[in-house]
Amino acid sequence: MRSKFFPHPFLTLALWIIWLLLNNTVSAGHMILGALLAIFIPWFTAGFWEERVSVRRPWLMVKFFASVLWQIIIANIEVARLILMPSDRLRPGFVEIPLDLTSPLAISILANTISLTPGTVTCDLSQDQKSLLIHALHIDDAQSTIDEIKQLFEKPLKEIFN
Amino acid sequence: MLEILLSILILLGGFFTLVGSLGLFKLPDFYMRLHGPTKASTLGVGAVLVASAIHFSVKTGGISLHEVLVTLFLFITAPVSAHLMAKAALHIKVRQEKRTLNKSDQEE
Repeated sequence: MRSKFFPHPFLTLALWIIWLLLNNTVSAGHMILGALLAIFIPWFTAGFWEERVSVRRPWLMVKFFASVLWQIIIANIEVARLILMPSDRLRPGFVEIPLDLTSPLAISILANTISLTPGTVTCDLSQDQKSLLIHALHIDDAQSTIDEIKQLFEKPLKEIFN
Repeated sequence: MLEILLSILILLGGFFTLVGSLGLFKLPDFYMRLHGPTKASTLGVGAVLVASAIHFSVKTGGISLHEVLVTLFLFITAPVSAHLMAKAALHIKVRQEKRTLNKSDQEE
């Protein structure tokens, strides 16, 4: 019953909040209209979402996003410094990060987070989904770059999704 | 007081956006140039948006949260477009800077 009418509770909640933000209001009419849309859109699109999104600990998710925001701020300052220094001192490079995550959603969140933070862009996911190829603007030590990403981003994601 | 805070935020935003564009201009190869606009501009746009949210919240007396959405969409789309460009560049084997570590112009 519940899963038939609310195939994706998180999507429903997110759509409802986005609708209210788009209209920049909390009036009753928009709350109802938003709620209807938020219920029916996941319902109609349920066929495209084979896998049920399961978040074990929503609270950790909030903590994760806060830490990512902080990392983004640091990343920006760091990248600004790298760009302003003479560019022949930069050592760019590709690094392969072995993945412990298995869920496609967790992997895509990790890939997006990597792209958003310290001078790194996700370039490719290997065929077997076991590793990510990233490009970094400046590498002092490849292993420490890998460890940092695994420690900062992959570990919390593993706790959230596994 | 508020105006000083807003000016600082807008100047910060302007600074980071400028640095992002500068990166686009002076970095030597495609992959490195990719870093400038995708990164420096997230904080640049972010700071401008925070300033905008504060300004309009105070001015209209209500809370203006459109800016939160702009940030959300930006943070969702920026990494995806960066990823697609990087992937396309790898595929057509765009020239990589000589000193690049673990160059990936491998034959597939």
